[in-house]
Amino acid sequence: MKTLLDTDVNVNMARRSFLRYAGVGAAALTGVMAIESCSKHNDDNITPVGTIDIGGGDVGILNYAYALEQLEAAFYIQIALTPYSGITSAETALLTDIRDHEVAHRQFFKAAIGANAIGSLSVDFSSIDFSSRASVLGAAQAFEDTGVSAYNGAGYLIQSVDYLALAGKIVSVEARHASYIRNLLSGGSFTDQNLLDADAKDKSASIANVLPIANKYLKVKVSAASFNYIP
Amino acid sequence: MKFFEIIDQIEQTDPEFVERISPRRDAIKNMTGFGTKLAVAAMPFALSALLKKAYGQTPSAAVLTTLNIALRLEYFEAAFYNTAVASATLIPAADKTSYFTPIAAHENAHVNFLKTALGANALAKPADTSYDFTAGGNFNTVFTDYNTFLAVSQALEDTGVRAYKGQAGVLLKEQVYLTAALNIHSVEARHAAAIRYLRKQKGVNIKPWITGANDLGVAAAGNTYIGEDNTTQAGVDITKLAGASANTTISVSAATEAFDEPLTTAQVVAAVTPFKVTFS
Repeated sequence: MKTLLDTDVNVNMARRSFLRYAGVGAAALTGVMAIESCSKHNDDNITPVGTIDIGGGDVGILNYAYALEQLEAAFYIQIALTPYSGITSAETALLTDIRDHEVAHRQFFKAAIGANAIGSLSVDFSSIDFSSRASVLGAAQAFEDTGVSAYNGAGYLIQSVDYLALAGKIVSVEARHASYIRNLLSGGSFTDQNLLDADAKDKSASIANVLPIANKYLKVKVSAASFNYIP
Repeated sequence: MKFFEIIDQIEQTDPEFVERISPRRDAIKNMTGFGTKLAVAAMPFALSALLKKAYGQTPSAAVLTTLNIALRLEYFEAAFYNTAVASATLIPAADKTSYFTPIAAHENAHVNFLKTALGANALAKPADTSYDFTAGGNFNTVFTDYNTFLAVSQALEDTGVRAYKGQAGVLLKEQVYLTAALNIHSVEARHAAAIRYLRKQKGVNIKPWITGANDLGVAAAGNTYIGEDNTTQAGVDITKLAGASANTTISVSAATEAFDEPLTTAQVVAAVTPFKVTFS
């Protein structure tokens, strides 16, 4: 217990200073890497071989968004390729719109991040039954709501006012998607009791809370050592 | 000393706690400094000081201005929906239950949240009768014709989304206030999409997302949708990017839909002045 207090680190050390300790700069495919962290359950953490780290600073946040958009784009591309049973023409049209929005987001981040962008992520959607409307729309709702909470939760970490503006432009579109998908599943559920807090606000989520969800659908896991998350 | 376990436990109740105290590095540093000197029995007091710093910040003047802009709009939206929901004939019962009663409740909750956050700096609530919900006679049937009401609702929600978005820069790195504003901003977007979808189901040619400039199709709402036809983001022409299928690019419609655009404060004023929302 003395060490916890005497080492002049705090619970956010990993987010602020990880790169300084680990000595890496841009996003990279990380190898075995020892993490120094003060949080009890993070002690002795090792980045598994073959995880993809988003990096630090604004590049890290952009890569985080890029990872989530890759996942969403791949999901809606799959829906368009193998539509669920009983899909209506109206649903096809709007789900195709969403696909194109997510592809636009994905390609935008790839272009904006440039050389520091993480690579293409291989998805694993084996837990989703693409023939089932309920399975597909349930997953879509989870992706969209998670996306909203992820952007909302990462906003304050963004240092550049231009990137914050970009995140703001995208997150409301994700919220529009979420609203539509929710109403498809159940009319009027665009904001149900469990979704919002007592102030009728969305509930934002930290990177460390979001990436484990995203990683369920990724073959090679994404880590965020600079933001306190190692799978 | 189980300080970090305490933090872990608080996190169980408030998942954002660690995030919340992040900008208060000095507070943590002071805490750890105390820790070496104070008896364990004194820790609860030090911890409460930390909590006060985490939750009880005083906003800067710029933040106060932005929060009051948000509060003006929320007062207006709340008054609009409260009036509509109070009418026994305007909104069909099913839509009132599923859509407008919850939306009205959310706007009132946003008002209360912002008033609490602003404390003594909160602007006083204008009388509901001070607004002109017809926007200078452009929507004379707003509270008697449901379709007109829906169109105005859509415009107000889209304006709200754009207004919050335009204020984000003021709140850059302001963890508590930016996060709160973002968490309201996305709820306004959920509302906007739901009202748009409701209109679509009633046969209006509209999507849950904003396509091009002024897809409301009402000229009087031009100021609400100005700039929504933008297809260039951070210097990247979205229509030149690869599309979902091989050898395709993102369509102009998709490029405009995929990014909601902000409104500057001046543009917000222009959009809501016809409703007699005052900014002086």
